[in-house]
Amino acid sequence: MELFTPDFGLIFWMFISFIILFVVLAIWGWPVILKNMDERADTIDKGVEYAREAKSQLDNARAEAQKYMEEAQQKQADMLREAARMKTQLIEEARKEASEEAKKVMDAARVSIEQQRKEAELQFRNEVSRFSLDIAEKMVRGNLSDDKSHAALVDKMLDEIESN
Amino acid sequence: MVTLVGLIMPAKVYASEGENEVNVKEIIFHHLGDGYGWEVPFSHVYRIPLPVIVRAQDGTWMHFSSGRLIKYVENLDTVTGKVIMEAEPEIVTIQKNGKEYQWLLAHVSKHKNKVVQIFPVSDAEQAELKLQASHDPEFTGDMNSADVVIDGYVGYEGKYYKEYKPHDVSITKNVLALLIAAIIVTAMVMSVVWWYARKGMKAPRKGMGFMEMLIDFIYTGVIKATLHDRAKKFAPFLLTCFFFILVMNLVGLIVIFPGGANLTGNIAVTLVLAVLVFVITNVMGTKHYWKEIFWPDVPLFLKFPIPIMQFIEIFGIFTKPAALCVRLFANMMGGHMIVITLTLLIFIFAAFGAIAAGGSVFISVIFSIFMLCLDVLVSFIQAYVFTLLATIFISMSTEKPHHESHVEKETETPPAQPVIEN
Repeated sequence: MELFTPDFGLIFWMFISFIILFVVLAIWGWPVILKNMDERADTIDKGVEYAREAKSQLDNARAEAQKYMEEAQQKQADMLREAARMKTQLIEEARKEASEEAKKVMDAARVSIEQQRKEAELQFRNEVSRFSLDIAEKMVRGNLSDDKSHAALVDKMLDEIESN
Repeated sequence: MVTLVGLIMPAKVYASEGENEVNVKEIIFHHLGDGYGWEVPFSHVYRIPLPVIVRAQDGTWMHFSSGRLIKYVENLDTVTGKVIMEAEPEIVTIQKNGKEYQWLLAHVSKHKNKVVQIFPVSDAEQAELKLQASHDPEFTGDMNSADVVIDGYVGYEGKYYKEYKPHDVSITKNVLALLIAAIIVTAMVMSVVWWYARKGMKAPRKGMGFMEMLIDFIYTGVIKATLHDRAKKFAPFLLTCFFFILVMNLVGLIVIFPGGANLTGNIAVTLVLAVLVFVITNVMGTKHYWKEIFWPDVPLFLKFPIPIMQFIEIFGIFTKPAALCVRLFANMMGGHMIVITLTLLIFIFAAFGAIAAGGSVFISVIFSIFMLCLDVLVSFIQAYVFTLLATIFISMSTEKPHHESHVEKETETPPAQPVIEN
């Protein structure tokens, strides 16, 4: 059977071509491909790892930014509230001060009025007493020798009037 | 593979037989075998000449074109009445160093379809040979025909010549196909290498991506998974094996010129691959491997005084690569044979009339196409199985004895047979 008896020529050429093919590919082919495939796999692995890290970092950053924003808003609200409070306080204080001032002025006015009244009263009394003295003098000039005792009498009588 | 060739060759089939009968065996063997020329696509008569390189009986090497071994003649087809071209053998005479050498493509000889050196015989011997031939059961009754095979002689145009089978390293059809396959493999691998050189770390696309996928499939899936830390060392050999076998398988399925040679279905090709695996396994074999062969871990009575286990193990060294060789050869040859046979069914059934012929054409073509698709799958599987088994054999022989029982078991049991056998 021709098919089952290996032919020498074909064995010879098969051996030669396989060895040449093997040597060529073993030097310039397979090692380069395997090395490159390994390297690329590593790079891809690293890339995926890097992307994952970047994503987590991005997430963190976003959360942080959110936090800062919230904080800022909180601060803003606080400041607004504080401002409002200070405004009312200022108004309140101003009002209080004003009223105090007014009161002082009024007190002073009252004191001076009182004083003036007293002065006026004193003057009035003096005048009244002088008038009454004059009147009395004129009335009783004649019958009264002693001015002094009469004056005292008149004073006494005036006090009585006053106390009435 | 041969569907197309089959469909265009009825004229030849009828002509060669001279009657409505097809010599199935001869056609099948012609298609599976080697040849000194390569059929010109769609012609089946004309051959692309290839160099014949032979060593004559006196030790002289010489080479000539295989086109000189045949002459094209016009014959009248007895069935169709048409004149057709046919190739017939012719004696080639070569002058070298003042001597004359005669070569012939043998037909009536033990070395059928091989180039042999011929020497004329004397008339007396010629007559004696013819007489001897007439006693042969194959004898046709024509004393001048010389168409009975006689050992040591070749019959040509009514005469016998003494023949000498030379050392023959011709670039035959199979050898050329082998070189083409080697070039294709180199181009495939180098294209990926050049891609890396040009594009650096960029991932290959399309064809090259597929190539890389295959490499990764074999390297990671088979070689690395089996050999672990030794993978880098044996990967070049195993990957070369895989791609060479795969390309040879697939090229064999192409019908016309660059393909059509039944390479891996030729036992010489698979034999070389198996011998290489055998050499690597045994040269690289560790002390542990040889210990397992000559003093395996079995009860003493199995290995001493009668070395039963040693006998089995030594036998196993040879049967493992032999199985590799025969498996690939038989699978690929079987596939080719089935397709050719299915195609030939058309010509066998043609004898039963038009309806049978028409029906068989339809069925044969459908089945041939199905078988070819299956052969594409088988091409891949056989290349894979060869690589897988070679890897396992190498792994077994280079294993360090760190897990005794496991290794023992592997060495004892025969290697796993492939899942799919055609």
